[in-house]
Amino acid sequence: MRGIGKTFPGVRALEDVSLDLYAGEIHALVGENGAGKSTLMKILAGAQRADSGEIAIDGKTVTIDSPRTAENLGVGMIYQEFNLVPALNAVDNIVLGNEPAKGLLLDERAARARAEAVFSELAISLPLTVETSQLRVAQQQLIEIAKVLSRHARIIVMDEPTAALTDREITKLFEVIRALKARGVGIVYISHRLEELPQIADRVTVLRDGRVIETRAAKDFPPDEIIRAMVGRRLESHFPELPPVAPGAAVALKVQDLTRPPAVNGVSFEVRQGEIVGLAGLVGAGRTEIVRAIAGADVPQKGTIEVQGRVIRIRSPHDGIDAGFAFITEDRKAQGLVLGMSVRENVTLAHLGQFVERDQLIDRRKEEQTTREYIDQLQIRTPSTEQLVRNLSGGNQQKVVLAKWLLGNAKVFLFDEPTRGIDVGAKAEIYDLMVKLAAGGAGIVMVSSELPEVLGMAHRILVIRGGQIVREFARADATPDAVIAAATGAAA
Amino acid sequence: MKAETRNYWLRAGAAIAFLLVVALVINFAAHGTFLQPDNVVRVLRQITYNFIMGVGETFVIITAGIDLSIGSLISLTGVVMALFANATGLHGFPLVAATLLVGLAVGAAAGFVNAVPVVKLNLPPFITTLAMMQIALGLSYILSGGQPVPLQMTDFQHTGYGVIPHTKIPYPVIWMIVVLIISSVLLMRTRFGRYVFAIGGNEEAARLAGVNVGRVKTAVYVISGMCAAIVGFLYMSLFSSGSPQTATGNEMLNAIAAVVVGGTSLMGGRGAIIGTFFGALLIGFLDNAMNLLQINSYLQWVVLGVVILLAVVLDELRKRYLKRA
Repeated sequence: MRGIGKTFPGVRALEDVSLDLYAGEIHALVGENGAGKSTLMKILAGAQRADSGEIAIDGKTVTIDSPRTAENLGVGMIYQEFNLVPALNAVDNIVLGNEPAKGLLLDERAARARAEAVFSELAISLPLTVETSQLRVAQQQLIEIAKVLSRHARIIVMDEPTAALTDREITKLFEVIRALKARGVGIVYISHRLEELPQIADRVTVLRDGRVIETRAAKDFPPDEIIRAMVGRRLESHFPELPPVAPGAAVALKVQDLTRPPAVNGVSFEVRQGEIVGLAGLVGAGRTEIVRAIAGADVPQKGTIEVQGRVIRIRSPHDGIDAGFAFITEDRKAQGLVLGMSVRENVTLAHLGQFVERDQLIDRRKEEQTTREYIDQLQIRTPSTEQLVRNLSGGNQQKVVLAKWLLGNAKVFLFDEPTRGIDVGAKAEIYDLMVKLAAGGAGIVMVSSELPEVLGMAHRILVIRGGQIVREFARADATPDAVIAAATGAAA
Repeated sequence: MKAETRNYWLRAGAAIAFLLVVALVINFAAHGTFLQPDNVVRVLRQITYNFIMGVGETFVIITAGIDLSIGSLISLTGVVMALFANATGLHGFPLVAATLLVGLAVGAAAGFVNAVPVVKLNLPPFITTLAMMQIALGLSYILSGGQPVPLQMTDFQHTGYGVIPHTKIPYPVIWMIVVLIISSVLLMRTRFGRYVFAIGGNEEAARLAGVNVGRVKTAVYVISGMCAAIVGFLYMSLFSSGSPQTATGNEMLNAIAAVVVGGTSLMGGRGAIIGTFFGALLIGFLDNAMNLLQINSYLQWVVLGVVILLAVVLDELRKRYLKRA
């Protein structure tokens, strides 16, 4: 892949990225969340198209315009979320879309033979006739590998293959990967587990902000240097000054032993009034699940939650709102907004009670007035209160979500990726708003995958890994390297 | 006038104009018999049943659900009310009121049963209400012994086919207007109505905004069951009997047709009671006109099917056009 570039609206996802992969090579691709790894691989797999650059396979320039073309060219993808049909068994999944047939009928014997051939080649044994949904994750993964291999893949991309595996399963997976390597298959290996790279990878390429920072032989690339390359030296961007937390500030939120397996495993922390606490960690570390369990979006298995010293019982988001939480979700389109409703209807949805008169009817005029106030206060760019939220830009949609939660005078704000996918101007406005909320005495928990954001916008940083708090940093002690090291589990 | 309000009146105006044109064309074809007062009143009375069922269905469909059981529930509530009326010793208004309440209770209970698996187990309402359709039909045959249950009194005749004294307005039309007003206010002006739209538009967002999704969903199926009970009551009054054969199987389909023709989206999140009224009116117009013109009744089915298809196709094209503009 040479000089690959890709731009999404408002974001430069990849810029002049070049990556080469030899036959029989295991090439690790690392980078922070949002560095461009997934986009690059989706381009290779035909799921997205590059704006510029070219791809050559075996020295020949190719055009990959669909997943089908990619497959025909010998590119196989194994995503973190598998593409298996849960109700089908291993054999059926392996031949799916490619079934051997005798006339009009499926040739089951040939299908089975094909699956067995691949399995024996990789020296793996699996139950062939059990529904895939009954198998363990590691077994499903092997089916995925067999599936791409049975299609004569010569290039296989693996996205975080070890994220959900036990140590023993990882050992087995590595054996399979080495068997693939021996066959001459080139493997792009995406992983956050830096410590495993020297064991498995030949070379390591670090991506940051859509560019290749460095490619080096894995044995000469120790984890701490990889981390430095991943984090880089960034411009300290436009974060507002955080007001200090008053020395005697009361505790706004106290969470004890919050547990909801598998993603949340015994989490305890406090947030004081006026304090912003950042939850850092990798994708899948359990950060979102922690705030969801606090807000009542998921019901925790055990643990206690106190708001301003009062123990509260939360069994639904409704209870969470009553207790004084505002939960700004990570995916505003799927969870934060009703896209087909107007700005007004979205802003008032969570607190409609405020707009109901004694006659039980909604006071439209009051709704409009309040919505207009928030449009002014947050500078939401919309032609009117009646505009459908669907038609607003991402930043303005996010402001509608914020208006919805500001309306309730919540005591604790839980922000999950508050600035994801929005432009720089709107980001700065949202940071200012968080500061204002903190200054007004609210407790704030912020989950963010953007390290500079966590470092720049939090008084304290809790690093989450495996659903637990593994490190705590005061703002002054938190360096990018140290936080990443804690998040990836690399000794630093 | 604000854009939304203007848009609303534009759409309502367009619907009325369209219906008027249809009516004039039909009237011309039928040599002026269509727009005679008697016939207009007849159409209004005929669409009452379809409209009231469509109201309940509108609530359900806006939450992105469906209720297939309403036809059978007309039969079941009719039979139960007729048996109740014959068994109780009441007379006059208390009898009528008590009978209606019994019917509403039966309809509400059936709606509740429809909703429980949908809410608790997240089962598709298509299945649970299909099951209820069979259960209610079976029960109505069992309770009635397979025969119509004739009413042994005349207290119900006014509600069934009477007209308001000194006018030509039939009582069922009054029911229609009352249901139209109450349901419109409920859907458009209350918190409950707003939540119905929010759930259909994005259920997870509604839940995270503190909406008690289970309770609202249960309520829409209960409302649907109660609307079916009102129709059961009106039919029982009209025929002076509660019969398991009242529901022929077409009622539910016609009600859904009225809702869809009226612009309510089967995907949920969008719709209006007044739309369902116009939908029922258009279908009623066509039914009546085809009868006046003595069109073969099998052909009538074909025409109705084409109208439903046209309505949804036009709506989809309109949406795409708006999106491009």
